[in-house]
Amino acid sequence: MMSNSQTLIDKLWAAHEIVRRDDGASLLWVDRHYVHEGSFHAFSQMKTRGRSVAEPQLTFGVADHYVPTRGRDGGIANPEIAAMVRNLEANTGDNRITLFGLRDPRQGIVHVVGPEQGLTLPGLLIVCGDSHTSTHGAFGAYAFGIGASEVAHVLMTQTLWQRKPKRMRITVDGTLGTGIAAKDIALAIIAHIRADGAQGHAIEFAGSTIRSLSMEGRLTLCNLSIEAGGRCGMVAPDATTFAYLKGRPFAPKASDFDRAVEAWSALTTDAGASFDREVSLNANEITPIVTWGTTPDDALPVDGRVPDPAREGDATRAKYLREALDYMGLAPGTKLTDIVVDRVFIGSCTNSRIEDLRAAAAVLSGRVSKVPGLVSPGSSSVKRQAEQEGLDKIFRDAGLEWADSGCSMCVGINGDLVASGERCASTTNRNFRGRQGPGARTHLMSPAMVAAAAVTGHLADVRPLLAGRKA
Amino acid sequence: MDKFVRLIATACPLSLPNLNTDQILPARYLKWPRSRGLGTVLFDDVRLDAKGQPRDDFAFNHDVYRTAKVLLAGRNFGGGSSREAAVYALYDHGFRCVVAPSFGDIFSQNAVKNGLLTAIAAEADIEKLADLVRRTPSQPVTVDLEKQTVSGGDISLAFTIDPISRNQLLNGWDDVDLTESYRERIAAFKAEDKTIRPWATPTAKQ
Repeated sequence: MMSNSQTLIDKLWAAHEIVRRDDGASLLWVDRHYVHEGSFHAFSQMKTRGRSVAEPQLTFGVADHYVPTRGRDGGIANPEIAAMVRNLEANTGDNRITLFGLRDPRQGIVHVVGPEQGLTLPGLLIVCGDSHTSTHGAFGAYAFGIGASEVAHVLMTQTLWQRKPKRMRITVDGTLGTGIAAKDIALAIIAHIRADGAQGHAIEFAGSTIRSLSMEGRLTLCNLSIEAGGRCGMVAPDATTFAYLKGRPFAPKASDFDRAVEAWSALTTDAGASFDREVSLNANEITPIVTWGTTPDDALPVDGRVPDPAREGDATRAKYLREALDYMGLAPGTKLTDIVVDRVFIGSCTNSRIEDLRAAAAVLSGRVSKVPGLVSPGSSSVKRQAEQEGLDKIFRDAGLEWADSGCSMCVGINGDLVASGERCASTTNRNFRGRQGPGARTHLMSPAMVAAAAVTGHLADVRPLLAGRKA
Repeated sequence: MDKFVRLIATACPLSLPNLNTDQILPARYLKWPRSRGLGTVLFDDVRLDAKGQPRDDFAFNHDVYRTAKVLLAGRNFGGGSSREAAVYALYDHGFRCVVAPSFGDIFSQNAVKNGLLTAIAAEADIEKLADLVRRTPSQPVTVDLEKQTVSGGDISLAFTIDPISRNQLLNGWDDVDLTESYRERIAAFKAEDKTIRPWATPTAKQ
């Protein structure tokens, strides 16, 4: 018997589908389009066609990928980088698009700013020329990353052609232990289903553990959907979502907000709705996780050891392990806690929000980092709030550098690089070869775990360091 | 966009899994305008060793594969970053088709918008063809999008591709032109949607 029950994914898709062609391509309406410095290819494509932006009031620009995080007031020294930021200013200015530019007090990483400003709302379809656009799904939005040609198409038409993806539900139930964060859940999921496990799927995260996550935690989780191959990840909106949004600058106000909450409350998966794939994890079994290799699914509990290719039966896998260990400068079977780090980085669209900074500061307070490190808050607003709370002082007293907001050392294109051969404990999202700079070695982990690596000088379980402290 | 129906060209074997878009085109080249041509820096961080010298164990570096238009790749090709410039780099180098067991979702979509065919085939089949072109680099292979086959010598493998992408490539459709033909439907949707979801429009700037 056919059921009328729908998943959240189905409901969001249906609300945006303008037309569906016979070959299965749907034309979707786009509610929010975020652009950044990297969107210049798309603006060029649009100009070449002699077209203009269809819906400037639904398009928002953010300077994040190339902005300096140090010495910003002195301007941008590198002329190529300065040109990238100026180009975004010109493209948004010429097209009457609101820009959160370099000197705007609301500037920050696009996936931090959108939610913070109340631009990201439940029920919206959100796109951006950045794969971590999945982040915004934390609000029960349908959000995904697109390439330059699709950005150009959205600029010109406010619509996009897509095939409806398959639906995957990842359910996490149980209580998280002390010192375990959304990052650990995400890495556990990625290790479980692998880096391409959710290819062709949109993901709904469900279960009691997810429900009890803060908005910051949900944002981290949805952000990392793409590292499991899923272009889009989401959490159904609830009281936590609505409380976060109330009073945000661009969110509906007063009675409009109440009516919106009523509509948003229907954005849940109906009982009996079916998914193409279901995955379940038990939160009680999740421990602090770090990555050792060059893809995010090279993730293991911190009390483990890096793999030994000699004990791997599959020849292709063994070859991969040898190459990854070689790049990472690690001997087979090394205990993860014996891996010495050269620096730490706290930041990126994955883990740079106020709760992330608090979690790291809780470990660093009254302690000194054994290695240099950089802390780049997710937005200028997060930076101000952290300073009001005195977190900047904790980071500085620990010997870390307190910087301005941007994508910074996650992708390194603003010049914040990890040197070749250096090993960095990082709150970011990709441990790919060369991601933080040519030859850089990245270990991904939660903010608290990065703080633990800082104070011990090696990969370490944060839990003993939290004993007697308020985590 | 040019139509893609059939291609006869040599192929380059590259059986590495998880070759993400950061490896296809490192981030430091993302500032480059398309007019500069990105083919020269394709695969730079995997292609070159720590001293900046071409790695001998990376087939792509060998002159015999210099004019290949078909890339025989590993699982999860093009995962990660949404950078379309990764497709530009492949295209500018001369590739018109990548055959792999699986592709990153965003990469596949970027590819078709630029006339680069992403053909999904079984890993074992791709390996057979890769072995053939390792032995005989000059061996031409034929990519037939209508029949959905890649063949070379006595090897022929079937591939799959999303029918939407197949249609677009076979017809050389341009998305923006196509969307124009739905202009009235879009306007009607927008008007009705404003009454159904009034909260979806951002409130005035603060």
